Amino acid sequence: MSRTRTERLVNLVICLLSTRRFLTAAQIAATVPGYEHNAGDSREHEAFQRKFERDKAELRDLGVPLETGTASAFDTEPGYRIARREYALPDIHLEPEETAAVGIAARLWQHAGLAAAASSGLLKLRAAGVDVDPQATLGVEPVVTVDPAFGPLQAAARERREVRFDYRVPEEDSAMTRRLQPWGVVCWRGRWYVVGHDRDRDAARCFRLSRIVGPVALVGLPGAYRPPADVNLISYVANWGGGPPDRTGRAVVLVRPGRAAGVRRFAEHLSSDPDGDRLALGYGDAEGLARWLVGYGADVTVLEPDEVRKAVVARLQDLAEAAGEPPAVPAARGVPSPAGARP
Amino acid sequence: MTAAGGDRLGRLLNLVPYLLARPGIEVAEAAADLGVTERQLREDLELLWVCGLPGYGPGDLIDMAFDGDRVTITYDAGIDRPLRLTQDEALALVVALRMLAELPGAHDRAAVESALAKIESAAGDAAADLPVAVRLPPNTTRRLADLRAAVQRGNALRLRYYSATRDRVSERVVDPMRVVVAEGHAYLEAWCRAAQGVRLFRLDRIDEHAELPEPAVVPAGAAPKDLREGIFRPDADMPLVTLSVGRWARWITEYYPCESVVEDSPERWLVSLRAVDMAWARRLVLGLGPEVSVVAPAELAAEVRREARAALAAYGA
Repeated sequence: MSRTRTERLVNLVICLLSTRRFLTAAQIAATVPGYEHNAGDSREHEAFQRKFERDKAELRDLGVPLETGTASAFDTEPGYRIARREYALPDIHLEPEETAAVGIAARLWQHAGLAAAASSGLLKLRAAGVDVDPQATLGVEPVVTVDPAFGPLQAAARERREVRFDYRVPEEDSAMTRRLQPWGVVCWRGRWYVVGHDRDRDAARCFRLSRIVGPVALVGLPGAYRPPADVNLISYVANWGGGPPDRTGRAVVLVRPGRAAGVRRFAEHLSSDPDGDRLALGYGDAEGLARWLVGYGADVTVLEPDEVRKAVVARLQDLAEAAGEPPAVPAARGVPSPAGARP
Repeated sequence: MTAAGGDRLGRLLNLVPYLLARPGIEVAEAAADLGVTERQLREDLELLWVCGLPGYGPGDLIDMAFDGDRVTITYDAGIDRPLRLTQDEALALVVALRMLAELPGAHDRAAVESALAKIESAAGDAAADLPVAVRLPPNTTRRLADLRAAVQRGNALRLRYYSATRDRVSERVVDPMRVVVAEGHAYLEAWCRAAQGVRLFRLDRIDEHAELPEPAVVPAGAAPKDLREGIFRPDADMPLVTLSVGRWARWITEYYPCESVVEDSPERWLVSLRAVDMAWARRLVLGLGPEVSVVAPAELAAEVRREARAALAAYGA
């Protein structure tokens, strides 16, 4: 923005803040430096009007609450003013520890747009007299990232506007278009989800933001629906796909001496002899346990129960027979990812 | 989302109240605080100096007094308060504070929660009914509080740590730097004396920790890792493994950073990823079972078969 334009806009803000009457465009042009023109010349007047429109848009983008109204019932032309109460950040007093928290919070964003918004918000707090120590630390820092769909979805949830997006689950071959009335966005275990009413399924659903492909489109008008009054977004996501498994089963495995540390950490030690250590493991799902144990190869042998033993042997047989060629027929569904298998 | 921070108009409207709150502040200090150069700040002040109330006479214009390198606003022309927070600003601050409020540690938590309440109230409509909720990983909170306190006391730590990549538990002495929470897990970032490097230790894999009676000494050149691109960033010198992946194992493409994913056919995807080492790759492939087969390297495919046969032998199968 040019210096003259910036100067004009600062003067416009000061002028509109200082007036209690609504000022018409003509009155503003006659007052604020930079709008001088010959109103009788239609080309000049149109140029002024375009300039004024751009300036108003600029102020609104910045968050300046421009009010429109008429000074009296006899006026036909709209006027403008800025209500100080709407413009100004209310008084805010933060204790040193609170200030430190805000300063740290503003540094957490790794997403460029929100990082910029956090620091410009912080600058406003500074301007309100809050002194922020840039060195403050809490000894622990969350790294906060968001998916691109975060911005549009939280805005839509806030405005209660329906959205449409393409959603791809890895097990499916193509993305599906979903229509959702979003209730809110949730960060759960490091991933972002949107919860809402799925218009096609006619039921509550949650979607992982990282699986949204392409843009989120706004459909329909704001205020189109009302989320259920008692909805707890966190517990909704936490219970999605069932809660934590019930580990009522008990398996006994033989582990080679000094091997399979990952299994030992979760096991109860029963006895040791030269071929290895007998360990007990709690489990919920035999297939899930088998998947995990097969990862340790010959270091772990299942002694009991039979359902786990059989599941392990079946998987090992498949692996031993695979000649390095992809199997022709895909095996049965086996979905959940193993806990703690990350490098 | 707009980045209002770079906008000069916003900066100028903020500058007057900022200076009003700090009469006699040094220009250099103000510039550093506001994230601009001293020269830029002086240009901003010059511009403000010719702005003011209608009339634009000497008594109407914003005025300021300079005393050496210090500046004091003597007339503010009515812009004595900063603008309200925009929706994005309120969102960014409030969500980040909600993240902080999730961290265990009662003392700071109270401060975070009261700061959050004050910011929400000052933001007014911009923060009203913000439909964003956050929850940290639940199982690490206890250890997180302990380790965080240890980091703040600044002592070296002895860890009993399970390395999932090596499938081994080892003892090591580390000089803690910070605790970070990222991608759903909490980590201790520290200088590892044995590895002579900065390492991230996942809290749920620290089986035991003890504070040593000596201060942590982090070597001067050791910097915290840049976590913007993710916690695990594969090196180009790690072995590349290519797998043929069936439908029900496609989740690995969301779970592990992959070098490439080629949708080879409707039933098989070709997925290439960097393995920390071959033992890790073997455990991964064995665990994934029949849904995945090894395309390359051939040694890995052979090793998986050999290991599976050796394991089967124990069952007499």
